[in-house]
Amino acid sequence: MTHALPSMTVTTEFDANLEAGRCVLRFSGNLTILRVRKLSEQLNAIESNDLVVDLSDVERMDTVGAWLVHKLQRDRGATIVGASREQKSLIDHVAAADQPMKVKRDSEPAFMRVVGQVGLATNVIFGTLYGLLGFFGALLISTGNIIRHPRRFRLNAITQQFEVVGVNALFIVGLMSFLVGIVIAQQGAVQLRQFGAEVYTINLIGRSAMKELGVLMTAIMVAGRSGSAFAAQIGSMKLSEEVDAMRTIGVSPMEALIFPRVAATVLLMPLLGFYAAIMVIVGGGMFCWMSLDIPPVTYIQRIREVVPMTDLYQTLVKAPVFGMIIAMAGCYQGMQVQGNAEEVGLRTTTAVVQGIFLVIVLDAFFAVFFTSIGWA
Amino acid sequence: MGEREIIIDVRGLKNSFGDQVVHEGLDLSVCKGEILGVVGGSGTGKSVLMRSIIGLQTPTEGEVEVFGEPMIGRDEEEAKHVRRRWGVLFQGGALFSTLTVAENVQVPIKEFYPGIDQELQDEIASYKISMSGLASDAGTKYPSELSGGMRKRAGIARALSLDPELLFLDEPTAGLDPIGAAAFDQLILELRDSLGLTVFLITHDLDTLYAICDRVAVIADRKVVAVGTIDELLALDHMWIQDYFGGPRGRAAAQRETEGASA
Repeated sequence: MTHALPSMTVTTEFDANLEAGRCVLRFSGNLTILRVRKLSEQLNAIESNDLVVDLSDVERMDTVGAWLVHKLQRDRGATIVGASREQKSLIDHVAAADQPMKVKRDSEPAFMRVVGQVGLATNVIFGTLYGLLGFFGALLISTGNIIRHPRRFRLNAITQQFEVVGVNALFIVGLMSFLVGIVIAQQGAVQLRQFGAEVYTINLIGRSAMKELGVLMTAIMVAGRSGSAFAAQIGSMKLSEEVDAMRTIGVSPMEALIFPRVAATVLLMPLLGFYAAIMVIVGGGMFCWMSLDIPPVTYIQRIREVVPMTDLYQTLVKAPVFGMIIAMAGCYQGMQVQGNAEEVGLRTTTAVVQGIFLVIVLDAFFAVFFTSIGWA
Repeated sequence: MGEREIIIDVRGLKNSFGDQVVHEGLDLSVCKGEILGVVGGSGTGKSVLMRSIIGLQTPTEGEVEVFGEPMIGRDEEEAKHVRRRWGVLFQGGALFSTLTVAENVQVPIKEFYPGIDQELQDEIASYKISMSGLASDAGTKYPSELSGGMRKRAGIARALSLDPELLFLDEPTAGLDPIGAAAFDQLILELRDSLGLTVFLITHDLDTLYAICDRVAVIADRKVVAVGTIDELLALDHMWIQDYFGGPRGRAAAQRETEGASA
């Protein structure tokens, strides 16, 4: 083995000598990216403007090295001598690639950026509201079309969504509601005990479960499970142009993708919400039985006395509306995906946040409304 | 060929996914400075072979050596030193979607040579981008703003950013217009000649095979059935090879090549 190890030849040396009034830079070793940082500084330190670059001792040169040589030639009028044929072609190659090229985006002053972002955010909020409204309209039109042409009703798609949105959520929604029931009962009992009114724990559990907790907790869970899934699924389908392919084949994405999801969520939310409310009551009942010595028979009797039917009606009215909002936010955000994979993640997050936010805002309106019509 | 340094050496490679065996007993070696084209029908595992060589896919059996160093079972730190010596262009470009093209090109430089100042990095990025044939405003664009062909060019700019000795190209000319594809072939040739690159090239483009490949490896029946120049391959009595090069497209490409040579 006669050639030296690569690690020993990576250094580039250069001598700067004054010869006949010109500054001769004699490079040796490897003229590569590995050495370029130091070299670039050293070269800048040389002040002479009458340069000769001698490459005859250079063993290896890569494009970065060639770029440095080219820059000496371009900016300081250096003459290149002793370059081999390959080196010359490499330098020519780099020189040919030296064209004005923008590599940085123009940046704005900080104040303008902040103002711009505020404007952009406002634009997005109103744009989204406007978009959602339009989306709702398009959904209604599709629903109308499906009702007029029942053959376009995709039973398989809806059944599958029933399973994904409803059946698969039963365990987690049930478990969560059961635990929330225990927590409410326990916290309530501690507070009410101070007034010797422990027995009112049952009122607390029954009414809050039927009126708010069941449906609200379900809505949050469905937004997290299904709203996000809708956005991600439809979003990736948009990225891979599946949605466009659907359109060209003549299948309306609104009917094939969005209607089944929204319909399944709207239909299943009341069932899930009711189931969740019952599980809250069961959880609370367990606690009452274990800790407060209230037997289940008494508990159920009391629940029937204190929970009016109007509480159940409230849940059943709110649930489909919440379901509609969650599913629409998910599908709408999914359909807005364009560009890159990062967008899918962003839109999914937005779908969940928007869904839950709108659900809670509407819940407040519902509370005021139901109170004023006497369903307190 | 015997005297030339072997850059990639694959021996007895076996890859399987569940019951499906993609490669079995695959041998292949790539010599320094050559452009090796890899062809094979769809689903014969050309990309899987490339992924096995660059360490993205751990083979079931077999050995892979790159630059004389075994690649299987290497730890991350050691593999890094080999990795800086090659560049990879994936089928879809695989640009980082949150970075601009220029930033994409600078990623390997930042990773391996952190000391280089931003100004020089920008210069490097700009000539790499220009070298790969992109317009002057492409550097500030995000991958989603580029067309498929431009994305491919940006991908090769990134693959070239460290001046690799070895370049892996997965169907580089697919999706390019014929003029762009020819320019791309020319670019690869020039880079090979000026930088002494070794190129491992997966392609379906017969023009590319004729124009730039020194040797062609044919993958069929889970292994490399033949390696050689196109003339050597044509002399073989293998049905798939005959169909591939003897089909209308193959003949047209051969025709163009001879015309190009005599012109």
